[in-house]
Amino acid sequence: MPRTHITTVINGDETEFLTEDSTSLLNALRDEVGLTGAKEGCGTGDCGACSILVDDRVNCACLMFAPEADGTVIVTVEGLADSGELHPLQQCFLEGAALQCGICTPGFLMAAKALLDKNPDPTETEIRYALAGNLCRCTGYDKIIRAVQEAAREMRGQ
Amino acid sequence: MAITEENPGYKWVGTRPVRPDGVEKVTGKARFGADLILPGMLHGKVVRSPHAHARIVSIDTSAAESMEGVKAVITGADFPDLAANGAHPSEIDVANNTIARDKVLYEGHVVAAVAAITREQAEAAAKAVTVTYEVLPHVLTVDEAMADDAPLLHDAMITKGVDPAPEEPSNIASKILHERGDLDQGFGEADSVVEREFTTKPVHQGYIEPHAAVADANTDGRAHIWCSSQGHFQMRAYTATVLGVSPGTLKVTAAEIGGGFGGKTVIYLEPLAVRLSQRAGRPVKLVMDRDEVFRATGPTSGTRIKVKMGVSKDGKITAAEVWMAYEAGAYAGSPVGAAGMTAIACYDIPNFVVEGYDVVCNKPRVAAYRAPGAPMAAFAVESVLDELARNIEMDPIDIRLANAAVEGTQASYGPKFPRIGFVETLEAIKEHPNYTADLGPNQGRGVAAGFWFNAGMMSSATVHINENGTATVVTGSPDIGGSRQSMALMAAEELGIPYESIKPVVADTETVGFNDVTGGSRVTLATGAAVVDACRLIVEDLRGRAAKTWDVEVDQVEWVDGQAQHVDGAQPPLSLNDLAAKSGRTGGPISANASLNSRGVGAGFSTQLCDVEVDPETGVTKVVRYLTAQDAGRAISPDYVEGQMQGGVVQGIGWALNEEYIHDTEGVMENPSFLDYRIPVASDLPMIDCAIVEVPNPAHPYGVRGVGEVGIVPPMAAVGNAIHDAVDVRMTELPMSPIKVLEALNENDG
Ligand code: FES
Ligand code: FES
Repeated sequence: MPRTHITTVINGDETEFLTEDSTSLLNALRDEVGLTGAKEGCGTGDCGACSILVDDRVNCACLMFAPEADGTVIVTVEGLADSGELHPLQQCFLEGAALQCGICTPGFLMAAKALLDKNPDPTETEIRYALAGNLCRCTGYDKIIRAVQEAAREMRGQ
Repeated sequence: MAITEENPGYKWVGTRPVRPDGVEKVTGKARFGADLILPGMLHGKVVRSPHAHARIVSIDTSAAESMEGVKAVITGADFPDLAANGAHPSEIDVANNTIARDKVLYEGHVVAAVAAITREQAEAAAKAVTVTYEVLPHVLTVDEAMADDAPLLHDAMITKGVDPAPEEPSNIASKILHERGDLDQGFGEADSVVEREFTTKPVHQGYIEPHAAVADANTDGRAHIWCSSQGHFQMRAYTATVLGVSPGTLKVTAAEIGGGFGGKTVIYLEPLAVRLSQRAGRPVKLVMDRDEVFRATGPTSGTRIKVKMGVSKDGKITAAEVWMAYEAGAYAGSPVGAAGMTAIACYDIPNFVVEGYDVVCNKPRVAAYRAPGAPMAAFAVESVLDELARNIEMDPIDIRLANAAVEGTQASYGPKFPRIGFVETLEAIKEHPNYTADLGPNQGRGVAAGFWFNAGMMSSATVHINENGTATVVTGSPDIGGSRQSMALMAAEELGIPYESIKPVVADTETVGFNDVTGGSRVTLATGAAVVDACRLIVEDLRGRAAKTWDVEVDQVEWVDGQAQHVDGAQPPLSLNDLAAKSGRTGGPISANASLNSRGVGAGFSTQLCDVEVDPETGVTKVVRYLTAQDAGRAISPDYVEGQMQGGVVQGIGWALNEEYIHDTEGVMENPSFLDYRIPVASDLPMIDCAIVEVPNPAHPYGVRGVGEVGIVPPMAAVGNAIHDAVDVRMTELPMSPIKVLEALNENDG
C-alpha cells in the first residue's frame, strides 16, 4: 500500500513520517513517531485522553487522519516541559495530587493549557466546562480543577 | 479533615509530598499497557461473537490466514480442553471466557484472534474469519434467567447452597443465606414497617485505559508478558492455567495501569497474545478498543432486590428481610455473596434474613467493581431506612446512630467487630457545615452509609539499602492510585530517612515474592505491612552492625531518626549513610524480605451527605453539594485517601444518575461507547468535600484501613434520598435518569 509522506513540527522539531491515509493521527504519533504520551481511551472523540495541540488548538488526535497533520505545528504532552523544567500545570498536578492512575493526565494537561493560553483567569465553572471533554474515572475531578486553578494563579504571577 | 486520633509524632506518615512516580506521569513518559513497542512486533485483533447465545458450528480461518501480512490465526481449538483434563470448574470458566470452545454465551465473547504486521491488516483478517453459529434462545435478566422454562446457559449447573441439592439444572449458580433471631417477632415489635423492591442495571468500571497486553514467546516454551493489570502474579497464574503450562514459564511485567476498579483483576487478552506470539514467532500486541471493553469486560451485576425493614418509635431497627438476585453474566460468580455479607452490616439488628441468588445470563461475565456487590444492596437498604426515619420523624443521622455497629457488635455476617469508626463518620457528617447549609427551591438533602471489608491476603516486599544510605522498596503490587507513595512514606517513617531517599518499585514476577491482586482495599494495608516488616528487619540488622562496630551488646543500640545511637551516648551516632558505606565490613549488603498473609483484615465505613437540585420540568438531577466522611484508620497519604474517597463518590454518582448497560431484545449492547454510556464529566459535578476520620485499625502497625472501595457504597442511596427530600418521590430503579424522575413525578401528581 502506498504511504503518504508527512512533514510537521512536533514539540519544536521538524518531524517527518510515513503513514497510510486511513491511519489516525493518534496512531501515527504513537506507532510511527514513537510518542506514546497521548493515549487512546476511546478512539471516537469521547474521552480526551488523546488531546494534543495542533496549531495552538486542542484536538482529539484520534479524530484526525494522520495526513491532516501535514504542515501543522503539534504539541504533545512530551513537549509541555521546557528544557527539563516542568510547565506550571505539570507542577501543580503533581503537587495537588491531581492524578491517580495518570492515564487521563496527558489529555487534561493539554486541554488545560489550551484553556489557560486563551483565558488566564478562568472561573471554576469555566474550567469545568473547558475540561468537560476529558474523562477521568479516578479522581472525581476535584483535585484536577484545583490544580488548574492553582496553575492559573501561578502563571498570572500571583 | 476530621482527625479523631492525634498523630503520634509521625514525621512522614500523614504528609503530602509529591508522589514518586509523578514526574513520569505528567511528562508522558510512564508506560501504560498499550505503550510498549518491541522490534518486529505484530498487531493482534480479536474476533467476537455477534450473538448473545449460540453454538459454534464451525470456524473457517483459511481466508484470513492467506491474507497479506497475516502471521497467525487462533481459535479455541488452539488451547487445551481443561474440562477434558479434569480442571476445577472455576478454571474451566476462566478458559472458556477467554476464548469460547463450543458455545458463545454473550455478545462480544471471543471466538478467534489474528496477528498481522499492521493494525489495518489485523483488522481486515479478523473480519475474514468466518464463524457459523446455531443461534440459541437467550436470557438477559435475573427474572428471565430464573423463569421455570428458561433456556439454560450451562446444562449441568446445579444450584449450590441449597439442601437438598436440586435435581434439575437451572441458571441459578448458588444461593446464600444469613439469618438471626425471629423475623415475625421483630416485625411484630415494629411501629413502622416499609417494604420496597429495587432494580439496578449492570454498570461498567469505566477505566479510561482499555485492556492491553504484549507477549513475546520463545521457542523454548517461555514467554514474557507485559500487561496492565491489578495483579501480574494473578495474570501469570490465570494465563498459565488457560495455556496449560507451568506458571514458571511465564514472566509478567506490570505496565503502569490506567485504572481498574476491580475490572483488571481478571484475564482477557494475555493467553491469546502468548499463543499468537508462539504461532507467529514474533512479539504480539493486543489492545481492546472501547467498544470491546464495554461488550466483553467488566461490568458489575444488574440486580433485583427486595427489602422489608421495621423500626420502633425510638428508631431501633427490629427486623430486616432482604432478598436479592444478582446477574453473574455468562459464568457463575456474581458478587451476591459479598452483597449478603455487607447489606445490613452497618447496623446491629436482632432479627434478620438475608437471602441471595447468583444467576447466570447471556451478558458479559461480571468482574469485580469497587466494593463488589455492596453498592446495590446499600441502595436498597439505605433507601428503606431513609423512609423509616421519615415515618417516625427522626433525623437520618440519628436513626443510624441508634443502630450503628460498634466495637463488639456481632456483625450480620458473623464475627464480632474489632474497633471500628462508623459512629465517628456519622458524627463527622453531623458536625460539618454542609449538614445545616441552606437549601434552595427544588433542592433536597440525603444521607446514606456503607460498609466494606479490607482484604488482607498475601504480599511480599524487599527493601535494599543502597551504598549511600538511600533505600529501594520493591513490591509486586501494581500502583493504581498512588500506593508507591504510601509505601515510601511508611518506609521513610520506619527507617528514619527522608521520603526522597526512598525509591519504591513495582517489580515483575521474577524479581519479588508473590503478591495477590491490587484490590480489596488491601495494598496500603497488607503490602504496606510487608514493607514495614522488611524495614524493621533492616533496622534490626543495622543495630546489629552498629553493635559490632562499637563492640557492644545489640540492646545497647537504638535506632533513632535514621541513625544508630548508643543508649548512653557513649559512641558518636552512626547514620544509615555511615553503615551503608561500611556494609562490606559488617556483613555484606543490607537487604531484607518480608512476606505475610492476611494480617490486619479490617472494616471500613463511609457516611455521605448529598444535596441535589431536581428540575421538575425535565427531571434532571444535579448534585450541588457533596460531603463524604470515611474512616481511613490512619491516612498514610491524605492526598490519595481523599482521591480514593472522591473517585468512589463520583463513580457512585454516575451509577446513580446516568450509567447503565442497555441491551436490545437480541442481547446486543446498544450503548458501547463513552458517548452513549455516559460517565460523569467535570461540568456535572461540584467539589467533593472530604472528612477523613481516623480510628486506627488495631491490626495494622500504623492503624491503616483500606480506603479504596467503601466510598462507592453509599452514593446511590444518598442521591436517591436527596431526590426524595427535594421532590417527594421515592426512586427505586437505577439509574435515576431524567425520564424516570419525570415519570415518578407524574405518578405523584396523578
Ligand atoms: S481517544 Fe481520542 S477522545 Fe478518546
Ligand atoms: S487519574 Fe485515572 S483516569 Fe484520571
